Amino acid sequence: MTLADTFHLSFKTVLSYRLRSVLIILAMTLGVAAVVVLTALGDGARKYVVNQFSSIGTNLLVVMPGRAETSGAFPGAVLGQTPRDLTLKDAQLLGRLPQVRRYAPLNVGEAELSATNRLREVTVLGSNADLIPIRHMKLAQGSFLKRGADYSAQIVLGSQLAREFFPNTPAIGQRVRLNERRFLVSGVLAPQGKTMGHNTDEIVIIPVEQAQSLFNTTSLFRILVEAKSHDAIEPAKQAILETLKQSHDGEEDITVITQDAVLATFDRILHALTLAVAGIAAISLIVAGILVMNVMLVAVNQRTSEIGLLKAIGAPAADIRFLFFAEAMWLSTAGAIFGFLLGQLGSLMLRLAYPDLPAWAPAWASIAGILVALITGILASILPANKAARLDAVQALSKK
Amino acid sequence: MIQLTGITRIFHMGGQTIYALNRIDLEIQDGEYVAIMGPSGSGKSTLLNVIGLLDKPDSGSYRLDGKTVTDLSEAEQAQIRREKIGFVFQSFHLVPRLTAAENIELPLILSGLEPSERKLRVNDALRAFDLSDRATHRPSELSGGQRQRVAIARATIMQPTAILADEPTGNLDHQIGAEVIALLEHLHQTGTTLIVVTHDRELGDRAHRQLMLRDGKIITDKKHDAG
Repeated sequence: MTLADTFHLSFKTVLSYRLRSVLIILAMTLGVAAVVVLTALGDGARKYVVNQFSSIGTNLLVVMPGRAETSGAFPGAVLGQTPRDLTLKDAQLLGRLPQVRRYAPLNVGEAELSATNRLREVTVLGSNADLIPIRHMKLAQGSFLKRGADYSAQIVLGSQLAREFFPNTPAIGQRVRLNERRFLVSGVLAPQGKTMGHNTDEIVIIPVEQAQSLFNTTSLFRILVEAKSHDAIEPAKQAILETLKQSHDGEEDITVITQDAVLATFDRILHALTLAVAGIAAISLIVAGILVMNVMLVAVNQRTSEIGLLKAIGAPAADIRFLFFAEAMWLSTAGAIFGFLLGQLGSLMLRLAYPDLPAWAPAWASIAGILVALITGILASILPANKAARLDAVQALSKK
Repeated sequence: MIQLTGITRIFHMGGQTIYALNRIDLEIQDGEYVAIMGPSGSGKSTLLNVIGLLDKPDSGSYRLDGKTVTDLSEAEQAQIRREKIGFVFQSFHLVPRLTAAENIELPLILSGLEPSERKLRVNDALRAFDLSDRATHRPSELSGGQRQRVAIARATIMQPTAILADEPTGNLDHQIGAEVIALLEHLHQTGTTLIVVTHDRELGDRAHRQLMLRDGKIITDKKHDAG
């Protein structure tokens, strides 16, 4: 029997057992679609987080006080010391490093913003002019902390605050108060929405010196540093550690995290998550494979006398075996194709429902899903096909 | 030519050993018309299955056209069934989801013939067996006589040297059965060996040679001329 005839004959069989074929193909389809949609979801989440994290800056290093230890206590704790605070002087030292393009000291607090007749609690960032380029923020109007004017009482409002407080008049040049201190609105941020869980539309930014005085502190919450290039990130990290160690009397009591490292970690975790989810979805494919085996075994029993007849008219065992293989191949191929299409449709619906989520199934997942469907389908048909091929012709013929 | 020497076929049933065939020696010339008769359980179907290479004897040797076939491989035996032997069964054994034409075509598909050549030969067969207007009908849409005609067309499509028929009229009424027998006898007249298993004495008497089996042995072997 030729290969084409084998596939043609088994295709006819698949068509004539319509309900049975539809049900197996449905099981395979759902399995493959589950792999495609779930990996689209996982990979979409990964890309979403990575994009969010990339959007907060480029070649970014974050310096924070205290030393992150994976084991043991902070060395100073044994000696009854607390880690030294980061200061403005530290930030200025970092600004002079050759690997550093710019830096922004950062203080964060809550304060009451009031103007005209309005009053509300806002998050206050204290920083310098370089915060805007480092954090990839944009100004809608005005300017932010012109150089040389760092100590003046300027304030930049988030876009939503500007709308709330000055709905009818331009915000620039208006006077506002933060906890009874007077500030002059010098700029308004462009609407950005949420990044990393902070709504930048509802914050205000003031010069870091003003913030320190407002919150009555001399320390900094963070220092944001932008390296000159991607290659400069690691040297910059070493230089920062070295510089601050010297300025802190030889004590290495700060932590520097690079955006790159955090990004890579997120990427790894979410990639592993995607793989795990794909694995779980693949189990449904295996189940579908077992279903194929079950149904093919029933088919062998149903068609016993037919198999006997094929033997009587001269079909060798190999032909009969291949007929059942081909039948399983049709079923699992159809399941794989429909599953892929359904999965793509599901991913499309995910993207429509959550436009922020780039829910595209990665190519490897689609290919793996289809391959697993084909392989389980074919493996599952080995046992029934062999059973059919080994049937005793005389007994098979005598079965009604 | 079919030559059986010392063919024995044993079945084990519930601890008992049953000799379905007990040291059978038999020679059938090409073009003979043989009826195998005997009570049920006498081994007549087993003898037909051994001749048709569907069943393997436990001992003895079987030479077909001068060649020993008992120790051929499964695939080689299948090829002999395909090319030299046509089976006709009591219960027709048509594939229910294939049309009459497709059922007749099956042996041609198995032998790997070109589709265009297959179509020609199937059309010839449909015409020869008066089934042209039933070509696209499935077995469930055919009468018993038509089904058996499809089965005979299928058995002869490869132009075998021998037709083996196991109770070919067993599921048919008398008149239709007679028509089927006439068809088979017509094939015999064109030179095909015809071996019919039956317990119908009238049918058996039509053959030119009657073998009577009992308990796996040939007890009589009568020959008479056509008529």
